Amino acid sequence: MKFLDEYRDAARARQFAVATARTVTRPWTLMEVCGGQTHAIVKFGLDELLPRGLELVHGPGCPVCVTPVELIDKALEIAARPEVIFCSFGDMLRVPGTQADLLSVKARGGDVRIVYSPLGAVKLARENPAREVVFFAVGFETTAPANAMAVAQAREFGLKNFSLLVSHVLVPPAMEAILASAANRVQGFLAAGHVCAVMGFTEYEPISRRYRVPIVVTGFEPLDILQGVLMCVEQLETGRAGVENQYTRAVRREGNTPAQQLIREVFRVVPRKWRGVGEIPQSGLSLSAAYAGFDAEQRFGVADVCAEESSECISGLILQGIRKPHECPAFGTRCTPEHPLGATMVSSEGACAAYHRYRRVQAAQS
Amino acid sequence: MKPEFSTSCPLPLADHPNVLLAHGGGGRLMNQLIEKLFLPAFGNPLLNQRHDGAVIDVRGQRLAFTTDSYVVRPLFFPGGDIGTLAVNGTVNDLVMCGARPKWLSAGFIIEEGLPMETLWRVVQSMRQAAAAAGVELVTGDTKVVDKGKGDGLFINTAGLGVVGHNVVIAPARVVPGDVVLLSGDVGRHGMAIMSVREGLQFESTIESDCAPLTAPVLALLDAGVEIHCLRDLTRGGLASALNEIAVAARVQVDIDESALPVREEVRGACEILGLDPLYVANEGRFVAFISPRDLPRALDLLHAHALGADAKFIGTVGAGTPGLVTLKNRLGVARVLDLLSGEQLPRIC
Repeated sequence: MKFLDEYRDAARARQFAVATARTVTRPWTLMEVCGGQTHAIVKFGLDELLPRGLELVHGPGCPVCVTPVELIDKALEIAARPEVIFCSFGDMLRVPGTQADLLSVKARGGDVRIVYSPLGAVKLARENPAREVVFFAVGFETTAPANAMAVAQAREFGLKNFSLLVSHVLVPPAMEAILASAANRVQGFLAAGHVCAVMGFTEYEPISRRYRVPIVVTGFEPLDILQGVLMCVEQLETGRAGVENQYTRAVRREGNTPAQQLIREVFRVVPRKWRGVGEIPQSGLSLSAAYAGFDAEQRFGVADVCAEESSECISGLILQGIRKPHECPAFGTRCTPEHPLGATMVSSEGACAAYHRYRRVQAAQS
Repeated sequence: MKPEFSTSCPLPLADHPNVLLAHGGGGRLMNQLIEKLFLPAFGNPLLNQRHDGAVIDVRGQRLAFTTDSYVVRPLFFPGGDIGTLAVNGTVNDLVMCGARPKWLSAGFIIEEGLPMETLWRVVQSMRQAAAAAGVELVTGDTKVVDKGKGDGLFINTAGLGVVGHNVVIAPARVVPGDVVLLSGDVGRHGMAIMSVREGLQFESTIESDCAPLTAPVLALLDAGVEIHCLRDLTRGGLASALNEIAVAARVQVDIDESALPVREEVRGACEILGLDPLYVANEGRFVAFISPRDLPRALDLLHAHALGADAKFIGTVGAGTPGLVTLKNRLGVARVLDLLSGEQLPRIC
């Protein structure tokens, strides 16, 4: 396929793997930040092409996985109301709250719909003036511009029946939280290319300097990831620590400035809870004062909903790169995609889901 | 296992107190539904074979019998409509038993208010599809449900076909050493439906592969190719079909990704939505598990037919881990090709 097959070329993949093997002189631990990268690594078996001792650990970059359980419970409560059309991206439908998931609410009669764009939810609100249309606005900086566009458009149309249940999170504060942790073992990052396509990578430069850690902005195709690994290892082996851009075909240093401006207009930066990790300061987005009327939490009075996460699920440790999915005692037994303890087992970008789907046999044998 | 149901029996599927859409999606939940609820209730040697249809012996004459219901939305899509599906789907289930399809029944469940012209167009499609497949619609039923209690139109078809040979085609016949043939490109039907259902516009229109598979399959049978199992790749796609057969036959199936034909527009649409074409439904594709010595001949026979022109040898059957399907990717690394846990859902970003 045009612009795709080139990035999955087996011969070039081997060239990168050989170059990495020649460069590495000692063990290193790198973290791929984004769950999309995790799935590509496991699906294509990229880690098996890399030299032993070079470990890839999986980061917090799955928007579904890090959405706190109480937000899911709030979503379930809103979605069950008869006046509500609850819209979400497909990924969120199977994520467990404390009691159920959105698919079960749908099966019990809730009007839960998959949309492919938040603008689709705005369209639904215009077509159904007698119903309340709520969009579950989750994700990193990647989805924030489109969600901001949706709410801006709803205001322009004067819609009174549209609102957002917001659980946006920001990547750089999470990376910093990982580096600042006493348990940290990450020595280099493959930063999430899609996030940087929006935000650029100037935010990463002070982090790289402060913690002396190489950060390579990396894409999602096999060759992107293998090249990102090589660039990261080259920095580590030569004692450098800076921000480099592997994903030049999509990412500019300053990012997409009109998108950033829209995010700043519609959202404000707030502390945010991450599922399994806890609260990280200044790591989330909520609606700004100018758009507070579109806040579903206020409109439906669910702001006070609290919930405890499963004590058995170690997804917080997995999202910080401290443990691997198959090291969890519940992996594949008490926690499966059909009966997940945590979101990392159901999200299409979740590390546990990736291991379960692509690695189950190897994990069981290890 | 002897089914023993009584009012005091616990519900066998207590994990899911309500039926979910995924229970009909061809993945793991549907398999659980069949294994834990339907088979214990209805099980018998014919049903337990878990084939696309049952082959029944009637006074020395082997008949294939099958049924399927069609609930597709929208009713019309590029490359077909619910009528062509209702005929070809059941025809193909009979063909997968090695039968020549002969007679169909059609049950219409119509929602009050459906435009008569819509029904007429569907019926015309069924007439044409039946003629093309060489089958006759010999009995039927009509029900009309209240407005809002249906989805426009549901069609159930059942089919009878004649098995004119002594070959037994069933998952249990698959043995280590068999080779796996795929009759053509995968993923087109599901993506054609999705593109119109969700109003997604891709660069080129994706057309369903909906077609009767009688000719290419009977060509193999007539030529005496040693077929052990056939399966059309409907809900759950190629990956689910291979998993079902690997489990039923207690064998390992290893396939090679580079041999799998997927059209560029289908691959592109799947990439955009985060879907895997190997799990996407088809309505005119099948896999054949055959003896390795017949491989070149079988490929030649398939290539001679329009519906098998892109047929490929995609993998082999081994004794390894019973029920396991592996996929060797283009980088040469093998991974598990598992059943899906539910419906494939488009991703966030």
